[in-house]
Amino acid sequence: MGKYMLIMRASDEAQAAFESSGIDFDELLATMGRFNAEMIDAGVLVAAEGLEEPEKGVVVDYSGDEPVATDGPYGETKELFNGYWILDVPSIDDAVAWAKKAPLAGPGMKSEIRRIPSIDEFPQDNEWVRREREWRERTGQL
Amino acid sequence: MARAARYGVSAGHGAAADPASDGGTAASAGRGREEDPAAARRAVEAVWRIESSRIVGALARYTNDFALAEDVASEALAEALVAWPRDGEPRDPTAWLLATGRRRAIDAFRRRSGRDDRYAALARDLGEGDATSGAPPSGGDDADLLWDPDKIDDDRLALIFTACHPVLSKEARVALTLRVVGGLGSEEIARAFLVPTPTVQARITRAKKTLAAARVPFEVPPASDRAERLGSVLNVLYVIFTEGSTASAGEDWMRTDLADEAIRLARVLWRLVPDEPEAAGLLALMELTAARFAARTGPDGTPVLLADQDRRRWDASAVRRGRAALARAVAVGRGLGPYGLQAAIAEQHDVARSVEDTDWERIVVLYEALGRVAPSPVVELNRAVAVSMASGPSAALRLVDDLVAREVLSGTYLLPSVRGELLAQLGRADEARAELALAARLCGNARERGVLEAKAAALR
Repeated sequence: MGKYMLIMRASDEAQAAFESSGIDFDELLATMGRFNAEMIDAGVLVAAEGLEEPEKGVVVDYSGDEPVATDGPYGETKELFNGYWILDVPSIDDAVAWAKKAPLAGPGMKSEIRRIPSIDEFPQDNEWVRREREWRERTGQL
Repeated sequence: MARAARYGVSAGHGAAADPASDGGTAASAGRGREEDPAAARRAVEAVWRIESSRIVGALARYTNDFALAEDVASEALAEALVAWPRDGEPRDPTAWLLATGRRRAIDAFRRRSGRDDRYAALARDLGEGDATSGAPPSGGDDADLLWDPDKIDDDRLALIFTACHPVLSKEARVALTLRVVGGLGSEEIARAFLVPTPTVQARITRAKKTLAAARVPFEVPPASDRAERLGSVLNVLYVIFTEGSTASAGEDWMRTDLADEAIRLARVLWRLVPDEPEAAGLLALMELTAARFAARTGPDGTPVLLADQDRRRWDASAVRRGRAALARAVAVGRGLGPYGLQAAIAEQHDVARSVEDTDWERIVVLYEALGRVAPSPVVELNRAVAVSMASGPSAALRLVDDLVAREVLSGTYLLPSVRGELLAQLGRADEARAELALAARLCGNARERGVLEAKAAALR
């Protein structure tokens, strides 16, 4: 078993279209809720969060000498990150199969699947890895 | 049906602007990983692991024939393994598998209708053109006929109860449960249990015949049978778990995966029967036991005793999940059963910072309760160990000597190893050495034998 993050992504256009589509919030809760419930029932869901609208966020840009903070990622990215699920499943193929079941549809809507390496895979004699491990053990996040 | 409910851009915009997004298959929208035949095969298997219980459950309800449902579901899977890599994965893989399985069931009805009235009736009820068109299934309408969202839970539960039916041998129950509920292939099951694949296939074939011969109905058992049947289900899941967790030496990844699969199945079961304290108790026991897996073996694979384990390596998330499940088992208010009590004992270890910090008196009480609901000499022996920690070796030795006098557990290394340990603590070194040497002779596991021999040698 391993942990995989399913990252919800949308192009700027897809995001704008979604926000202007007047989607019914109850309907949205219901479709997403059904998908989440299925993963919970299957015993694979570890964590999930959705993010607030990108325009309420802030982007910090490190390109210059000093980091510069600007409101929202307007025009800066091709794609927006909207939320994630973390699944504990036997392989990336299982994670992909779940991602295909997600209630996401339309041009520019994507999800990206990335494995989350365990702390065990890092050099255990490294001081910072050791400290992170201690924090994970203490807070129950191994 | 599901498509219309999906949201995202298409929900607000009606016709999709991008023609590729509305292609018939994922492949036509741009081939990806599935282009590689091996990757495509893994994709089919992953869908199967997720969906098999719903598919076999729905087909079993449709055919009212568990064996036939398993047969046609397997045929659908085999067809998917050929068709998806070739044509691309269908847009709705579950619907495709269901529709294909249903077509194969209809074929079977028609074949059998000549010799069995029941199938003749079923075949008559079918719409024409269903099975004879030969066209690849499109999913959608076909599957909707089978798909009743209100029945999914009942179907899945009936499937679990049928796979764990007492008319089957224990090996058959385990294999069938992993196959139809867990969605594992025969090869995976064989690897997990270290038996040849044909053995697993034969067990499953025989199990289906047994169920058919016994005319086991596909249903959630009535209240009168419920407790006994649930007991069988819990036992099967526990057997799967222990098979995955007891390999103390040379343990390979597949067996830990088996324990993980058992935990997943226990979560599924508990969700389906939330008012059964033992379902919660079993899940709690598994989580609280698995929490210690990482600390159970040293870097060279030697077993590490509970007392010597690095408790920081215990999985605190698993402990938290296990304790939550145990609290729910208690909250049902019908008392804890054997699994719940074992979970409560595991909890006492999991929350203790060290062996000395452990509430051994509480553990003694829990073992006494366990001995009442599920009497066994092993439980008595474990209670004796707990007594030795709570009240010292003399009191424990009296309990162990009582077991010796009753000639239970003779021939196992457990009794002499505990007795030897107690004698050593009492300073009776010669007797202790003899007991530990006896235990070492009786012990089948080379690594554990080494531990016992080392203990005996250290006594003077």
